[in-house]
Amino acid sequence: MKRLLVSLLSGALFALGLALSGMTDPHKVLGFLDIAGHWDPTLAVVMGGAMLGFLPAARFARGSRRPLLAPRFHLAPYARVDLALVMGSLLFGIGWGLAGYCPGPALLAATARPGALSFLAGMLGGMGLFAAVRAAVGRWQPAPRLQEGDA
Amino acid sequence: MSLLLPLCGGLLIGLAAALLLVLDGRIAGISGIVGELFAPRSGEVAWRLAFLAGMLTVGAGAALLHPAVYGAASHPAAHLVLAGGLVGIGTRLANGCTSGHGVCGIPRGSVRSIVATGLFMAAAMVTVALAGGAA
Repeated sequence: MKRLLVSLLSGALFALGLALSGMTDPHKVLGFLDIAGHWDPTLAVVMGGAMLGFLPAARFARGSRRPLLAPRFHLAPYARVDLALVMGSLLFGIGWGLAGYCPGPALLAATARPGALSFLAGMLGGMGLFAAVRAAVGRWQPAPRLQEGDA
Repeated sequence: MSLLLPLCGGLLIGLAAALLLVLDGRIAGISGIVGELFAPRSGEVAWRLAFLAGMLTVGAGAALLHPAVYGAASHPAAHLVLAGGLVGIGTRLANGCTSGHGVCGIPRGSVRSIVATGLFMAAAMVTVALAGGAA
């Protein structure tokens, strides 16, 4: 129960951070991605701040056997850079550049903007397709199976 | 325009992710949190739903109190569905997005995350340039 409250609180603070920093507005994000135009550095500052805020936790995870409230860390094993990582990142980048939404901001904006809801429908469709294909190909994996969280 | 609020918002994002890792041992990667719900395993559902409930509660609160944070309407629906599809498939193939690879992976020193973040940033910038800019 305590751990579910941690998840709830983490999700809420994460969303608050996205909204406060302006990342829920796709035009701000596209302004950052538009390096040839009137460049908006906001996203770089947000990413920098987020990495800075996360850094102590990254060090903690490296130096500790287990988290404070759970029996173990759920980290993706450090696997090689493979074709799935490269192709996936490129596809994600193209979609991000087309819309100005990545998954977190899209979830939030879907509560207010029909366009974000359309994006979310496409995103969930893509994720569902991925899960179906992964289930169908069974044991084939391009990399060690990475299920716990990202990275 | 001041960058102080974006900096504070960014720090808050990082602290939220830190809380989840230090207390519960999980990575706050949004694409993974959502995507693994399509292949649910025991013990791997409730925390994801709780995290998403927290996000959506704040998202809906912002929609009520300060909808301007969501900006003006952007592209036609079909364009956005296609973009969402690419983001959905791409983030699952790459096992992470801006949060999992960018915010959490890079500070952990993950080479995969550094490569992924460089590639999706570059691909997004090229896409915007080819589309004729942000406007």
